[in-house]
Amino acid sequence: MKKFRLISNIILIIFISISKSYSLVEVDITRGNLNPLPIAVSPLFQDNNSNTFFENELEIRDLGSEISKVIENNLKLSGLFNPLSKDAFLQKPDIAHLKPRFEDWALIKSQALITGKVTAVNEKLKVEFRLWDVLAGREMLALAFTTVPSNWRRVGHIITDKVYQRLTGEKGYFDTRIIYVSEEGPKTQRIKKLAIMDQDGFNTKYLTLGNELVLTPRFNPTNQMVTYLSYFRNLPRVYLLDIETGIQEVVGDFPGMTFAPRFSPDGKKIIMSFAKDGNSDIYTMDIENRIVERITNHPSIDTSPSYSPDGKFITFNSDRSGYQQIYVMKSDGSDVKRISFGKGLYGTPVWSPRGDLIAFTKLHKGKFYIGVMRVDGKGERLLTENYYQEAPSWAPNGRVLIFYRETKSNDKGEGFTAKLWSIDLTGYNERMVNTETDASDPSWSSLLSN
Amino acid sequence: MNLSKILKNTFLVILLSMVVSACATKKTATNLDSQIQGDVYTGTDTVEYLAKGVPDRVFFATNETILTTMSRDTLRKQAAWLRENPSVNVVLEGHADERGTREYNLALGERRANAAKDYLMTYGVSADRISVISYGKERPVDSGSNPLSWSKNRRSVTVKAN
Repeated sequence: MKKFRLISNIILIIFISISKSYSLVEVDITRGNLNPLPIAVSPLFQDNNSNTFFENELEIRDLGSEISKVIENNLKLSGLFNPLSKDAFLQKPDIAHLKPRFEDWALIKSQALITGKVTAVNEKLKVEFRLWDVLAGREMLALAFTTVPSNWRRVGHIITDKVYQRLTGEKGYFDTRIIYVSEEGPKTQRIKKLAIMDQDGFNTKYLTLGNELVLTPRFNPTNQMVTYLSYFRNLPRVYLLDIETGIQEVVGDFPGMTFAPRFSPDGKKIIMSFAKDGNSDIYTMDIENRIVERITNHPSIDTSPSYSPDGKFITFNSDRSGYQQIYVMKSDGSDVKRISFGKGLYGTPVWSPRGDLIAFTKLHKGKFYIGVMRVDGKGERLLTENYYQEAPSWAPNGRVLIFYRETKSNDKGEGFTAKLWSIDLTGYNERMVNTETDASDPSWSSLLSN
Repeated sequence: MNLSKILKNTFLVILLSMVVSACATKKTATNLDSQIQGDVYTGTDTVEYLAKGVPDRVFFATNETILTTMSRDTLRKQAAWLRENPSVNVVLEGHADERGTREYNLALGERRANAAKDYLMTYGVSADRISVISYGKERPVDSGSNPLSWSKNRRSVTVKAN
């Protein structure tokens, strides 16, 4: 496998050097995507032997076609691409992968084409794919991956990431997962569980049983650890969970509620609030040496801390002015500055992985907004307004936000739902993210592969 | 199409909605007056009792942690009852309504429960008999999405721990 990855890297390098000066197809993601790029995703070709092998292994009839659907769905949901109907395709997958007849693909108005091939090699899944510029009549990218067959959806996500990166110039966010809180039951006795799924809503797994209340899970940006709040034994405390091993532990030894946890960008610290005697302040704990540091010391509520990607600053929520507002300080707690000055209350600030923006929740005149502002508080932009929504989390490339939205219930408490939604930084492409149950508190992982 | 017809229809809709909203306001207003004063719930709908004449909970205004006159009265009754029953320990459960961000509401619930705790201590209940827990907005007692429901949910409840 390692050997193979080396080969694919070499292909990639050669390929970029050829294609750079010729490429015509490009997607501009900085503006609203009013004209999504028409793209054809050909079903990936597979020979009969491979077909039989994967059918036995995965109980999937046509794996090549299924992988192409994963790619297609990703591209469509990004809002930047318009995958064309396969019914219109004239050329067979195997021949198209060797050398597309570009006129045929141009005829259906496709500007880019993805072709590929799936083979069973030593009980492993090998997937090759190519991205073609239809108008220029050129190959733009060619890569191959080998992995265990059960990883087939991830292969689809990795291919989408490569295509997205080649066409937009920015890293993708498709080979990622979302951790969230799954919700069931009536509002007064809501049962909440930690759940994790692929970014496209597949492969949902529940990490807790629902015996105790759990809230606000967040990914470590560098590994498969998660930090969250659990009411285990009726003691609300921040926990650390390794989702590979299932091992969990309390973070620190605080004589009261700890909450609102997040990791530092290097993944080595947890930053959180600790509430005692009616006052909440911000603390950090080093995961390795367990050293606890107090960052704020103020009689107001200080909570929802989030580090800048370079680790030098912290943005947080405080009501020291009388109401909830957003502040920025140096990571040692010095130089506290208020940055939100618009009308209304501001909460849940979270620093963009690109460093230039802070996303937040705003409450004004009974409406809730998800918005972004620059790190000095200027340039506030509200992306979406609703009855109730909060807690944005950034996709690893800083282009998309995921958050949760609740609906109003009637006097009997009926009609209440909680769902995950995503929206582009541009304010376009707002859409509900499918989850098996009601859901809240989403947190987006880093890219699982690069 | 003819503009006058559209205008007429629009006017009708506006007129209708005015009638409807007028009714709605009137109804809620009378309903709320008796149960809410200055945004704080004063009714007894959800209230339980630690003992006869000793209500178990106090209510708060939106985003506030200040104890009202009525709350202080309730807490003095609780304190008197706790002094008479020295073997009873209590948990103060602080809550917020659903119209605030989750993390801030956890802090707010903790602050509310501590406001009640401080008052009980002032009236002679020892700190080691009282523990505090915040549920933020996680455990509403009324699941409606309206000002009356929210006012019932902004509360600190004194629960016997043993």
